[in-house]
Amino acid sequence: MAGTFIDVELTDEARDDAQLAQELEDTCPVDIFANREGRTEIVEENLDECVLCEMCVVAAPPGAVRVLKLYDDTSLER
Amino acid sequence: MRFFEYEAREIVKQAGIPVTDFGFATSADQAREIAERIDGATVIKSQVLTGGRMKAGGVQFAETVDEAAEHAEAILKLEINDHVPRGVLVDPRAELEHEYYAGVVWDGIRKQPVMLFSDMGGIDIEEVAEKHPDHVGRAHFSTLRPLSDFQAKEVIAATGVTGRPLTRITPILTRLAELFLERDMTLAEINPLGELADGSFVALDAHMDMETEARPRHKKLLEDLGVGSEETRQARESTEFELAGEEVDAMDHRGVAGNVTEFDGNLGLVIGAGGGSLTLFDAVRAHGGDPANYCEIGGNPSVRKAAGLAKLVLEKPGVDKIAVMMSIVSNTRVDIVARGVVKACLELGYDPAEKIAIFRVPGAWEEEGFKILDHYGVEYTDRSVSMHEAARRAVEKIPSSA
Amino acid sequence: MSILLDENTPFIVQGITGREAVSLTRECLDYGAGAQVVGGVTPGRLGRQVHGVPVFDTVEQAVEHHGGPIQGSVVTVPPAFTKDAVLEAIEHGVELIVIVTERIPRRDTAQMVERANEKGARIIGPNCLGVIVPDVIKMGGIGGPAQDASKAYTPGPVGVISRSGGMTTEMSSTLTAAGLGQSTAVSIGGDAIIGSSYAELMPLFEADDQTEAIVIYTEPGGRMEAELAEWVRENDSRLPIVAFMAGRFMDEMPGMSFGHAGTIVEGKEDTAAEKIARLGEAGIQVAEEISEIPDLVKQKMGATA
Ligand code: SF4
Repeated sequence: MAGTFIDVELTDEARDDAQLAQELEDTCPVDIFANREGRTEIVEENLDECVLCEMCVVAAPPGAVRVLKLYDDTSLER
Repeated sequence: MRFFEYEAREIVKQAGIPVTDFGFATSADQAREIAERIDGATVIKSQVLTGGRMKAGGVQFAETVDEAAEHAEAILKLEINDHVPRGVLVDPRAELEHEYYAGVVWDGIRKQPVMLFSDMGGIDIEEVAEKHPDHVGRAHFSTLRPLSDFQAKEVIAATGVTGRPLTRITPILTRLAELFLERDMTLAEINPLGELADGSFVALDAHMDMETEARPRHKKLLEDLGVGSEETRQARESTEFELAGEEVDAMDHRGVAGNVTEFDGNLGLVIGAGGGSLTLFDAVRAHGGDPANYCEIGGNPSVRKAAGLAKLVLEKPGVDKIAVMMSIVSNTRVDIVARGVVKACLELGYDPAEKIAIFRVPGAWEEEGFKILDHYGVEYTDRSVSMHEAARRAVEKIPSSA
Repeated sequence: MSILLDENTPFIVQGITGREAVSLTRECLDYGAGAQVVGGVTPGRLGRQVHGVPVFDTVEQAVEHHGGPIQGSVVTVPPAFTKDAVLEAIEHGVELIVIVTERIPRRDTAQMVERANEKGARIIGPNCLGVIVPDVIKMGGIGGPAQDASKAYTPGPVGVISRSGGMTTEMSSTLTAAGLGQSTAVSIGGDAIIGSSYAELMPLFEADDQTEAIVIYTEPGGRMEAELAEWVRENDSRLPIVAFMAGRFMDEMPGMSFGHAGTIVEGKEDTAAEKIARLGEAGIQVAEEISEIPDLVKQKMGATA
């Protein structure tokens, strides 16, 4: 489920990348990503804490992670 | 953090200053036991953190053990200025030759502690200082170098005290000054310091205030005295609403969303930071508004915490709308605060546009914050609208306070 | 000109690896001409870098590396370690110490100040956001990120002194919007005992050619405003002063502290009403609202010109 203000989308490929899972867990300052046995899980209750730092977007391959701002229908991606 | 008299006397005693053979009781039976041990006339004193207990009947004199128990029974039930006594202090009644005053406070201008002494004890020192300035001696002392007795001696001698009292009081004042620093007090006072018929001295009442920030350094002392870490010892006891505010602030360690104080108005305030909150609270009142609370947001709290605070205020009985206002923020983020207050409204089933009277938080990430507010139709302003003007607009939206 | 510091003031950040300190360092490097942050100190972190600033274990190492005296230090270490950090800085010749840390007991502050006085150093704070010379340099988190600070602060004739960090920016922004820039703005801290009070900074502004008026933000608690009023009367200051007093509601609530630790009303002299009277007697105008400040300043500057 999305947050009230923020949602984060991952491609299936990215979700199953064990290395990326760890990378994302370490990167996000507000713990939106959790590494669950080599799979990335989105921690829903933290979604609205996103500080829009784009670090997850940068850490992942282009197109793999999108941060959606639900209040203006724009997103952070590359 | 203020100490009860029985605690303050214990602190004084631990510092090597003579005290009477007093006891602390929380029941009439305990008071009786202490009176039996004392075996003579006693004084029963209510243990409350408020002034005026003499006038309120919180101090009684007893000749017999039975009388002591009776007085204790009555005083334990007696509320003084809405304070329920913690217990009673049972004190042997001392025949005094003379009453003196000894105290230590901070001087924020000189940035040093200052020792105070007067040979006119038993009354308020400020009154003595005003009416009989020549009966008050004072001296600042170093916080870096150890004290020497002559410093206290000079202060005492300045009031004209000489002879045996001078030499006997000198070490007492020195010790009081040392304990003031060692224990991180903001006030350490013995009043009266009594001179007994045999020429000895005892502390008959003591008032101690410890700096809240320094409490962690004095865990052992506080534990020995039985002061729980949950006891804030504020001038006014915390209300349930205020305790709930503390819980919100403790949700995580990011920033502050707390310092909630309850008032009984209908305009809920979600305001910040330190100076901004003071300014805004005044501004709301200046425009005829009736705040439901005081609070502070600062240091960039999480959305969760901001929402928790806003919810708490919104749910307070009698609150019509909330005003979300801060001075220009640079560390706290506008969008995070916006998310928090909007979320609080939504989770309680309210329309943010309806419940948020005004949002005036300019500064870091304001463009992003304004997008959120636009989306939910909340009225907001940037820095071109002053804090006072924002407060006025909020007050205007509260129907009953117009 | 400015007071306390200029673009050539090198400083260090003690506690540089802390979360707040990292962003504070970035902000100072980015603002104006770019501060010379010549080092950071966090014990045990020798050899690291924070935004390109080398980290040392001791102030002594930082001074050695710099190869000359270091004038300033921003101290942002936890309360229990602040006193030691400040004494260390003073010992190694640092002259201007900005203490950001909050919740420091008065005893520690008094000790730091006493030592600073012995060695001729000056302390700003504790519990403050630092000092800013608009468009030139900032030392501390004052005004926030460089781009935000640039929005609120502009160079000009008004010296700002405030017991609240946030209100330093609010007032300066109001002045800026009215076309009145600032010479230097100092967040002096919200504690009961602070290193530099209004009266202690006044001689510096008095000696600064650029400064033509002073704006102060004040609160209940303490005697600092009475001290300022005395200073103004005794020194026949050339600088008109406009004050804003927040927390008037606290007069009804003795013994409680709101906003900052130093605001507790402990005696009659501490109240807002008493302070407003004192300031007034010394010819210091007290504004009812922040938005009135620019006009009052302009009137007063016009009157003295
Ligand atoms: S943008 Fe930053 S805060 Fe948001 S999910 Fe990505 S890493 Fe986390």
